[in-house]
Amino acid sequence: MTAAIDIHNATKSYGDKTVLRGVDLTVAAGTVTVILGPSGSGKSTLLRAINHLEKLDEGFVALNGELIGVRVKGDRLKELPEKRILRQRARIGFVFQNFNLFPHLTILENVTEAPIAQGISAKRARDEARTLLARVGLADKEAAYPRQLSGGQQQRVAIARALALEPEVILFDEPTSALDPELVGEVLGVIRTLTGSGKTLIVVTHEIGFAREVADHVVFMDEGAIVEQGTPSDVLSHPRHRRTQDFLSKVLA
Amino acid sequence: MTAVTTKPLEPGADRLDSLPRGIDLKGLSERTVIPLRHPLRWVIAAIVVILLLNAGQTLFTNPSWEWAKVPEWFFSPAILKGLQLTLLATAISAVVSFVGGIVVALGRLSGNPVLSTLSWLYIWAFRSLPLILVLIFLFNLGNLYPAMGVGVPFGPQVQIPTITFLSPLVLGVIGLSLSEIAYSAEVVRSGILAVDQGQHEAAKALGLPQRRQFLRIVLPQALRSIVPAYVNQIIGLIKASSLLFYVSLLDLFGVVQSLGSTYPTDIIPLLIVATLWYLILTSAISVVQYYIERFYARGSMRELPPTPLQRVRRTLAGIRSTARGNTLA
Repeated sequence: MTAAIDIHNATKSYGDKTVLRGVDLTVAAGTVTVILGPSGSGKSTLLRAINHLEKLDEGFVALNGELIGVRVKGDRLKELPEKRILRQRARIGFVFQNFNLFPHLTILENVTEAPIAQGISAKRARDEARTLLARVGLADKEAAYPRQLSGGQQQRVAIARALALEPEVILFDEPTSALDPELVGEVLGVIRTLTGSGKTLIVVTHEIGFAREVADHVVFMDEGAIVEQGTPSDVLSHPRHRRTQDFLSKVLA
Repeated sequence: MTAVTTKPLEPGADRLDSLPRGIDLKGLSERTVIPLRHPLRWVIAAIVVILLLNAGQTLFTNPSWEWAKVPEWFFSPAILKGLQLTLLATAISAVVSFVGGIVVALGRLSGNPVLSTLSWLYIWAFRSLPLILVLIFLFNLGNLYPAMGVGVPFGPQVQIPTITFLSPLVLGVIGLSLSEIAYSAEVVRSGILAVDQGQHEAAKALGLPQRRQFLRIVLPQALRSIVPAYVNQIIGLIKASSLLFYVSLLDLFGVVQSLGSTYPTDIIPLLIVATLWYLILTSAISVVQYYIERFYARGSMRELPPTPLQRVRRTLAGIRSTARGNTLA
């Protein structure tokens, strides 16, 4: 298996508060990786560093061997101009905890926005957006505005929006944490349909059951570092570290 | 703190176990609840209406108002010309200062310290100066710099006399815009800051080019809070344009002033004419504002608020149904 994402020595602090302490992580192409951890463990920061929404102080992220957000200059890494970073981001889908749909655009416009900005014709973008909306079960909502939809429906639109750029990797930042319990299932259902499609998924979540079911690889983080990682049965059923055991017993209680 | 005193209810009025005879729980629960009445409101309203009518009466009984002369002046060519100048100066300044306001606001929000400091200085300077000072300063620009030009420093230059290209109207519009941009920049900046950080992030995460992020995602959402504040600015601008009189431009107010000194006996009707025109202009803008706000509210509510016409209809329907309810009771 080839690595889709390579993270080396990801280090980040806000003032005196260190949020990432030299994280190394390799994610194989086409697999599903679930990142677990208590709040404040740095898992969201790590995810956001992958598409350079968060700048690292040290370390780097590579997508299929290509550095993201930085380039090599002499013996150092140097930040790329925003324009080039934006082009790289278009290859990485991102799904937010709070959906962040554009409230003033219709559902269809939300999905076609990025492809049209990439230069795809409006007609083709609309056709493809309709296919995607049908895939997430919202074909009849294309003319609605985001606030007219339930949280679960909004998150499904957000997934369709991320898919519209045909990204190689999709990052999910606690995609179900802002949802009412009865709406969690429909969103997880959509994410499940993406597994095994060749896309690389990285999901930060608290849904242990979901991790057990779909993850190829589970990573447990605490205090800005990876505590342990492995297959779901290793990490979730036979955790070796005390902190993992504590976390799992709290979440599953 | 003042103590809250309430009149005690008559005994038993809040108890279910002491209902008057002949009334049972079922009957009680099936009737509509009588809304709380506000008799004092009616008394105050009556007093206010009487006072207003008294004042209103004098409009007709006091002959000094000279209403007969108002229609004559209202559409007189001089007044219409002044009105045209007011509209022209306001319209140009409004557009220039809106665009300029966006530019200066983006400057202030920019990560570039030179740009943000320059923008801050600009806003600081033009918010500090009275508009009339700016206008008169500009008007004397011809004395300060009799000619203006560009060229190679210490080398050949192209020069034009200041007066030839800076007509009073151009100067007036520049003056109005210079000071207006400072205010509208702050209005625009507050609107941009009001847009949720998640929107910026989503636009970035989708890799939208920066210009598109601003024009398509951030600005339309910012306009929701910019429009009411900016219309306020435009209304202020209409009135501020009356200061153009002091740089020898005859706007609506200026025409009324000069006609007033030519026809001193007509000063009251002339002031009425100016009052009516300013009221008309502001009302027209308020109507436009309502519909622009409605447009930018799309998507921000599950349902758009009713238009005034729809609201009147609903109120009437409401009154009719209450009236029907009362007759049934």
